[in-house]
Amino acid sequence: MVRRTALPLVLRWAVLLVAVACWEVAARARDSVYFPPPLRIARHAHALWFSGNAGHLFLTPAAVDTILPSLGRMVSGFVLAAVAGIVLGIAVGRSPRVYALCNPVLQFARAVPPPALVPVFVVVFDFGTPMQVASIVFSAVWPVLVNSAEGARATDPLRLQVVAVLRLTAPERLWFLILPSALPRIFAGLRLSLSLCLILMVFSELLPGSDNGIGFTLTDAQTRSDLLTVWAALVLLGALGHLLNTGLLAIEKRLVGPTASAGRTA
Amino acid sequence: MLRLDSVSRHFGDQHVLDGISLTVPDGQLLSVVGPSGCGKSTLLRTIAGLLPAQEGTITIDGTPVHGVPERLAVVFQEYGRSLLPWLTVRDNVALPLRRRGLGRAARRAEAETMLERVGLRGAARRHPRELSGGMQQRVALARALVCRPSLLLMDEPFGSLDAGTREDLEDLLLELHRGRDATIVFVTHDIDESVYVGDRVVVLSPGPGSRVVRDLSVGLPGERDQLTTRGLPGFVELRTEVGRALRGR
Repeated sequence: MVRRTALPLVLRWAVLLVAVACWEVAARARDSVYFPPPLRIARHAHALWFSGNAGHLFLTPAAVDTILPSLGRMVSGFVLAAVAGIVLGIAVGRSPRVYALCNPVLQFARAVPPPALVPVFVVVFDFGTPMQVASIVFSAVWPVLVNSAEGARATDPLRLQVVAVLRLTAPERLWFLILPSALPRIFAGLRLSLSLCLILMVFSELLPGSDNGIGFTLTDAQTRSDLLTVWAALVLLGALGHLLNTGLLAIEKRLVGPTASAGRTA
Repeated sequence: MLRLDSVSRHFGDQHVLDGISLTVPDGQLLSVVGPSGCGKSTLLRTIAGLLPAQEGTITIDGTPVHGVPERLAVVFQEYGRSLLPWLTVRDNVALPLRRRGLGRAARRAEAETMLERVGLRGAARRHPRELSGGMQQRVALARALVCRPSLLLMDEPFGSLDAGTREDLEDLLLELHRGRDATIVFVTHDIDESVYVGDRVVVLSPGPGSRVVRDLSVGLPGERDQLTTRGLPGFVELRTEVGRALRGR
């Protein structure tokens, strides 16, 4: 196994810092309304969302109205998709027959571009949070499901014989062998799902009928030609995505760390 | 008592086992030797109930084997795959004790006692991959013995270890076997090993369609030693005889 040599923290962030600095310099030189310099975007975002009092974790009422609904939809969508995907995926992966029957359907469902499904959910649920969460769940469930099924299917046959000889019960077999074996693949699926959740969260909030959330802020600011807020919302989305991904990676490292012998695929 | 009565198995039209009959009395350590690919592993997995016998019957103490019998343990050659890498050494050994309905603390205590007996006192909280191959196979042995099986099956257990480690583990096996009434079926392709550890050696013919071609009782003293036992005239005679049977002469 090849371990990446860890670069010092400063060096790892150097490229980003240089890019932002170039952006700052270029934007100031051009002085365009459409491309405000990053420092102004940051100051604007701070004033808009993060200048609240300490009792509210420095969040302004606008931030509470914008970030929390988006985060709530995304996290609930992700958790539902993860649970459904892992449970169904392992069930499908454990039975060669079920796997053979379901695989074409799964591949098809996975191949449909997720945002294309949103109009269907608009019809079923009408506009609002249930529609938004349903779109997120229905898009994000496939990568977890497919990867969990693959992971469960790839359980070492010798280890299955070992636990058969140890006379473990079916739940014990699942908990001690199948789930840990599939974990690296499950997390590969979860990482894909998380980025899909972010995309679908924003996309579903862009639609008419939304009245809060980061996506709504984005369209709302755009109709008011408030480019500074548009940029601030974009930066906020990037930061949010990065933060959630880092959190997921930390959980993965804790859970999969000692078992990293199994091959990982993205 | 383990009894095989004309057990046959084939995969497709390929015969693997061709009418194997054997009776292994309680407490005997039976070595099964055969050339590579003769179906030794298939025989072992059939006795373990992992593969159904297609013809013939296998009985343990008079009860026919259907599925994995109770009080059976298996040690596989591939120690790295047979241990669960996400559990500590202690939890690997404690795993089979769940069947006995013991509490967590009691399971761990028993596992640690067993680990001590295989010479791994300090390794309880480590993970298998932090240990050498020989130590990992000791863990697998501890896991197999912790439930006090009446029948222990070993599938070339020391085949992928270096010579020194292998001799240590052969002696450990003999030591653990002494004073216990467990029946052991020890599969190997190593002639010397089969004679050194066995009370009795059974030679299988090369596949396809393995049969028992020789059945020898090992009349060597119970107390064995890597140097003196291997130098005894009786040992040399036996290994020559097993070698001849293996080569079909």
